[in-house]
Amino acid sequence: MTFDHGHNGNGADVVPAVRMVGIVKRFPGVVANDGVNLEVRAGEIHALLGENGAGKSTLMNILAGIYRPDEGQIYIHGRLADIRSPRDAIRLGIGMVHQHFMLVETLSVAENIILGLERPRLRLNMSHIEEEITELSRHYGLQVDPRAYIWQLSVGEQQRVEILKALYRGADILIMDEPTAVLTPQEANDLGRTLRRMAGEGKAIIFITHKLDEVAAFSDRVTVLRKGRVIATMPTAQTNKAELARLMVGREVLFRLEKEPARLGDVMLELRDVHVLNDKGLPALRGVSLEIRAGEILGIAGVAGNGQRELAEVVTGLRPVTSGRLLIRGRDVTNYSPREAIQAGVSHVPGDRLGMGLVPNLPVSDNVILKGYRKPPLSQGPFLDRHAVVRFAQDLIQRFRIDTPSHTTPVRLLSGGNLQRCILAREIVAGRGLLVAVHPTRGLDVGATEAVQRMLLEQRARGAAILLISEDLEELLALSDRIAVMYEGEVLGIVPAEEADVESIGLMMAGSRATAVAGG
Amino acid sequence: MSLALLASILAVTIRAGTSLLYATIGEILTERSGILNLGLEGIMLMGAMSAFAAAYHSGSLWVGVMTAMAVGGALALIHAFLSITLRADQVVSGLSLTIFGAGLSSFLGQRLGPDSKPLVGLIGPQFERLPLPGLSGIPFLGESFFRQDLLVYLMYLLVPLVWYFLYRTRPGLHLRAVGENPRTADAMGINVLGARYLYTVLGGMLVGLGGAHLSLAYTPGWTDNLTGGRGWIAIALVIFAMWDPLRAVVGAVLFGGINAVQFRMQAAGTTIPAAFLNMLPYVFTVVVLVVITWWEAFRKRVGAPAALGVPYMREEWH
Repeated sequence: MTFDHGHNGNGADVVPAVRMVGIVKRFPGVVANDGVNLEVRAGEIHALLGENGAGKSTLMNILAGIYRPDEGQIYIHGRLADIRSPRDAIRLGIGMVHQHFMLVETLSVAENIILGLERPRLRLNMSHIEEEITELSRHYGLQVDPRAYIWQLSVGEQQRVEILKALYRGADILIMDEPTAVLTPQEANDLGRTLRRMAGEGKAIIFITHKLDEVAAFSDRVTVLRKGRVIATMPTAQTNKAELARLMVGREVLFRLEKEPARLGDVMLELRDVHVLNDKGLPALRGVSLEIRAGEILGIAGVAGNGQRELAEVVTGLRPVTSGRLLIRGRDVTNYSPREAIQAGVSHVPGDRLGMGLVPNLPVSDNVILKGYRKPPLSQGPFLDRHAVVRFAQDLIQRFRIDTPSHTTPVRLLSGGNLQRCILAREIVAGRGLLVAVHPTRGLDVGATEAVQRMLLEQRARGAAILLISEDLEELLALSDRIAVMYEGEVLGIVPAEEADVESIGLMMAGSRATAVAGG
Repeated sequence: MSLALLASILAVTIRAGTSLLYATIGEILTERSGILNLGLEGIMLMGAMSAFAAAYHSGSLWVGVMTAMAVGGALALIHAFLSITLRADQVVSGLSLTIFGAGLSSFLGQRLGPDSKPLVGLIGPQFERLPLPGLSGIPFLGESFFRQDLLVYLMYLLVPLVWYFLYRTRPGLHLRAVGENPRTADAMGINVLGARYLYTVLGGMLVGLGGAHLSLAYTPGWTDNLTGGRGWIAIALVIFAMWDPLRAVVGAVLFGGINAVQFRMQAAGTTIPAAFLNMLPYVFTVVVLVVITWWEAFRKRVGAPAALGVPYMREEWH
């Protein structure tokens, strides 16, 4: 993954494409940007590095006209710009590919690309527009059918539409917000080539990331943000991963988690040739067979939407199978209900924390009893014992170090890391040695991520069987004992984590069979 | 059934369906922008009452039509302000508008006659049927389609125009995007709130026009509750038509037809109760709702605008 680091600009005397000076943006209770200065040159790929909540997206949303800054100036190609709306930004040649794509699902690719343009004035000549798009996509190697509807496209294709949208508008400043989060390693490499090509044509590329490897692989220069402030800007070639990590987090970061060797017990969970339909009634799991033993973490890798979510839902009783069997501790529990799953001791850390994991408006205490409230000591018959509930909640707050003003605080006010602590506390206490964790560290900062990962390893050491679904390959490699790769509803291969590497797993995520990388 | 009878039933059906279709087209435009206006019944009543009062006093039908559209637009503006700017609950706001419109039209209907006497029972100007030269001579078709009043002919033009606007023009594309994904539309530089105001008011004007057709053409004159639930049928029709102006024609003809046939059937001494026929539009609507809810891929193609009824605000900290 190496790229030519040369670029057209020849240093500081060239007028920068973007200069942001003293940008301040406040949200209720938070200063998202606190006097940020940023300079991006034409022809360079500039990485914006920082933890979640460091203010990267906010800064770029200001540049793209989504937010208005409270203070500060923006100069585009040396000229002071007053960016009041996305329309102004587009006029200045600024295009942004958002993390959550800005696409209208029910419209076609071509319709999405021309959305908001002032040309044509009235009548849409779609066939002409479609030709233009085809030409543009060929030039940059961004293959996509302009007639297809967005809801028919894969995530990778949707991203291509987003980039084309910016290019069609003549953007010469392109902002990419965590572009690789949804891509396979190979797709990410293709994207890197496309970006390099655009930079070669003199465009300024800014990409937001919190992944250090990407900074090294893709960027010419890097700006590190921490807690809304710029910590450093430097050429990528003159720094290294360790230094960047230290700047980003503000302390030394260990890249290795201590993991004891596995002590395997009995088979806790077994799936035999399981077939499942997704919400649209299409096959989501197609003959999945796997088993997890006590004391083992089985990681599930795969690009989002390849059946991971449905797999978790089957195990937690949320989704019925059309055929196949599900066994817990050797007992057939196929198509049991969520209630029966809870009784069987299945813990569930869902991917959607505030949607499925917690009730946002209820206090911490009510959220942590959601699984145990039916039984004494928390309840007597139909009545809750409020004193027991409070004691129980305070005990969990202490044991799991949930940082909350009190047990009566609504959970929606807690940070992501503390939300996850609430869920883990409830699930671990109510569970009996089988845990399903879906994206347990997604969106968490480095500190909270470390804590959650430690909790998972601790459960493993205590003999829990853990099904870990994650989009973060580094995390899967660090935590799992074995890694199963899912592609289009099938398990393409299961490899021991110590033999696995990002490259071979990436290939499988893109659909090639385990045999192709055997011995890798 | 003779051909002549069929032609006359079809003619009545079109006349009965016209006010429905104006209201439905108006509501389609409004809902396509993401605003649910349940105030149709109230707006339609106010449109009908004000159209009749203005035409009566001015002697001009077009003053009546313009007044109805202005009143409809003004009432819709109240809904727009509540639901777009204040981000109030659109169901509550719309229902209030219906109750408000029904009450106010009844109240003003008692005062707006000559010497502050009631409008009820007065005879005012009305749109006469105007056979189109040439076209009205075509057998069967001429009898049913081209011996109508001007507002019906205007509808013949409006429907294809709205369809073309929606699917073949740039502002139409923007309208669809605003109701489907306002955040994206906003990021693409489209004025989301402006579009919502525009199409809510425009929709209200068409609903008012639908009311005018009732009091100036279909059932000339004013009585309390003149619309008899047509505003609600129009809301059901929007769903039945799956937010498409051409399908709305099918629905309006069907529901207008039920209304027209019902009178003849009663006259013929049928055993099917009128209440049963009046219920049919809603039964159809339930069936359509079931189908589009059941079938996800179908919804993507023809379903409700995804952001329907959801207020939009740009700056949200997340």
